[in-house]
Amino acid sequence: MADEPKTNSALRDDQQLLELEPLPETGNKSDLSFGGRVSRRSFLSGLGAAGLVAGASPLSIAAAPAVVTAAQEAPAASVMINGNRYELAGLETRVTLLDLLRERLYLTGTKKGCDHGQCGACTVHVNGRRVNSCLTLAVMTAGKEVTTIEGIGQPANLHPMQAAFVEHDGYQCGYCTSGQIMSAVALLKEPIGPTDEDVQHGMAGNICRCGAYPNIVAAVQQVRAQNPASA
Amino acid sequence: MHSFTYEQPQTIEKAIGSTGRFIAGGTTLVDLMKLGVELPPAIVDVTALPLAQVEVLPNGGLRIGAMVRNSDLAHHPEVLKKYPVLSQALLSGASPQLRNMATTGGNLLQRTRCPYFRDPTSGGCNKRNPGTGCAAMEGHHRMMAVLGTSDHCIATHPSDMCVAMTALEAVIYIEGAKGKRSVAIGDFYKLPGDTPNIENVLEPGDLITHVELPPAIGSRQVYLKLRDRASYEFALASAAVVVKVDGGHIHSVRVAMGGVGTRPWRSHEAEAALTGKTANPATFKAAAEAALKNAKPHPENAFKVELARRCVSRALKMATA
Repeated sequence: MADEPKTNSALRDDQQLLELEPLPETGNKSDLSFGGRVSRRSFLSGLGAAGLVAGASPLSIAAAPAVVTAAQEAPAASVMINGNRYELAGLETRVTLLDLLRERLYLTGTKKGCDHGQCGACTVHVNGRRVNSCLTLAVMTAGKEVTTIEGIGQPANLHPMQAAFVEHDGYQCGYCTSGQIMSAVALLKEPIGPTDEDVQHGMAGNICRCGAYPNIVAAVQQVRAQNPASA
Repeated sequence: MHSFTYEQPQTIEKAIGSTGRFIAGGTTLVDLMKLGVELPPAIVDVTALPLAQVEVLPNGGLRIGAMVRNSDLAHHPEVLKKYPVLSQALLSGASPQLRNMATTGGNLLQRTRCPYFRDPTSGGCNKRNPGTGCAAMEGHHRMMAVLGTSDHCIATHPSDMCVAMTALEAVIYIEGAKGKRSVAIGDFYKLPGDTPNIENVLEPGDLITHVELPPAIGSRQVYLKLRDRASYEFALASAAVVVKVDGGHIHSVRVAMGGVGTRPWRSHEAEAALTGKTANPATFKAAAEAALKNAKPHPENAFKVELARRCVSRALKMATA
């Protein structure tokens, strides 16, 4: 690649940073070409970079809704997601925060595992606390701040927890990983005891079918050791 | 999910005046709405109400607002100091994420995990659909109750917090159309009888505003939860004990069980077998026998009877060590 991203000193020699696929500059749902700058993700999204730009005015995230009565739409209010403000007006009340993030905002880093609060793959922060976004109604996030895995760090500027997961190989398929990292980052500010068993209990809300648990615990403990003030 | 209207009243008066299902953490309600078990046409968000305080009462007890999150309650210094059984119970339940969302009021009102209740396509469930029978009794009922059951329902009450609050003799404060009232937790939940769809004494429009805990009768408190895995799983059997020991004798004691009852199960029988007696294994065994004397097991959950006995014994041993 012409432009090597900044390397993170936490990476081993056999690891490298991946560049995220860039979103196209113009979102066009009818653009079917896979060549050029249009990636598969942007083809599906049709939203384009413009949709994710922070601006002075809040962005409306409601597509033209199916016929719903006024009372079934969210009352006018907005939510901050990763530092960007989004209007909730026009959004159906039954949309979960998880579906809002993935289906409307194309922030697909947060995953849907069980959709019933039993696996933790959907873990995000609401006002700094870890919660299951699958059981959170989007309308109930009005006035709050939401942080997703996209808001924790970037490839060229990883959150220490992300770097530790890479260093300790804390994942295999990666599907639980964003939930694990979001959970672990929030755990840094919670009163969890010092032992590995304490971390296991503190991370009990995140299931890993691949069984990367020992490496996940190692990653979490490393970050805790590096940040004694937050332990 | 079905469609529903949503409002967020800013005052208790407005909340009580609205018709709709209250939602706070949503960890039970949104779950059940996705399953099609609960289909309220109107949802009333009560999280904006000023009910999130934990206050020490003049008599040394504790007043806990209905909106206090389970995680905040579990880590509250007053709870850790005076009601450690409550903290242990809360931290043994659910997951950190769920505990951050769930509230005191919501935890009191959580519903059974019976798979037939939770699956509207599964056949008879008298709790979900009165008069359709109980598929669990002839089907899979390993997690179901052995105490407080009826011919119509054997569903277990799943909460840990409620078991600890039962042992602590919590009082539940309610505001509704008829004004304010309080109900002892021992009187709050109904046995299934022939109306398992009616789980507690709340009337339509009633809002739980807070819970009060009297000063604990003893400082030795243990919550012991036995389950298939070490975390993130409901109890097969659990016990909350609160004991005051005086020179090797049990001066006063409260015993409540979870995982085995159709409601959080206070055991006056166990308490009678313990009070004034020497704190030793024989006494604990007698108390455990008394606690499960009226158990009515079904084939798949019969193991719970002995498991619950041992759970009570072990919790008493831990508390009096």
